Amino acid sequence: MTGTFFTAAVWAAHVLVAFGMAFAVARLLRGPRAQDRVLALDTLYVNAMLLILIFGIRTGNSLYFEAALVIGMLGFVATVALAKFLLRGEVIE
Amino acid sequence: MSTAAAILVLAGALLAFLGSLGLLRLKTFYERVHPPTMATTLGIGLVLIGSMLYFSSLESRPVVHEILIGVFMTLTTPVTYMLLLRAAVHRDQTEGRDPLQQDPKGRPQPEAAPGRQPR
Repeated sequence: MTGTFFTAAVWAAHVLVAFGMAFAVARLLRGPRAQDRVLALDTLYVNAMLLILIFGIRTGNSLYFEAALVIGMLGFVATVALAKFLLRGEVIE
Repeated sequence: MSTAAAILVLAGALLAFLGSLGLLRLKTFYERVHPPTMATTLGIGLVLIGSMLYFSSLESRPVVHEILIGVFMTLTTPVTYMLLLRAAVHRDQTEGRDPLQQDPKGRPQPEAAPGRQPR
């Protein structure tokens, strides 16, 4: 009984996060300016991290946690580098 | 226990969905910065608590390594968004338009210099 509810809820969470990724990709393509695209890329990273975490919960495998951690760190570095580039025109001065 | 974890995960995913929807629907950039923070703070927090509950009950021992992601996201989200927002304000000011008076489409205003429009 609880098993079916758990499966359905985790599937629904998967679909919701996938729709969130689709919205972020739509904003990434639409723009209209560079900072919108950077923000959309950051949201895409966060949603991908959530998707992998939920996938780990669904399969019961705690290895996916490390992939989510790596995605979170790479997303932080990428967004900071892009914001710095927008601010100065170069990443490392 | 797994029912509580499922409800927490579903709530977190709903917050992430709403944050991305707000990113798509709102009009100006300075409004669009706000909704994704729902996903990065409370959304990820709820999913991580659900994951901790589920794996703790699955392996019948306390599993708390998800706290790492929570601490990391809590520390880095303000840094990235402050940097991005300052870059946006800087770009608006160098192009000679008031950041608070942007028209909803985000197009350059007519009195802005027509020659240079970095996208």
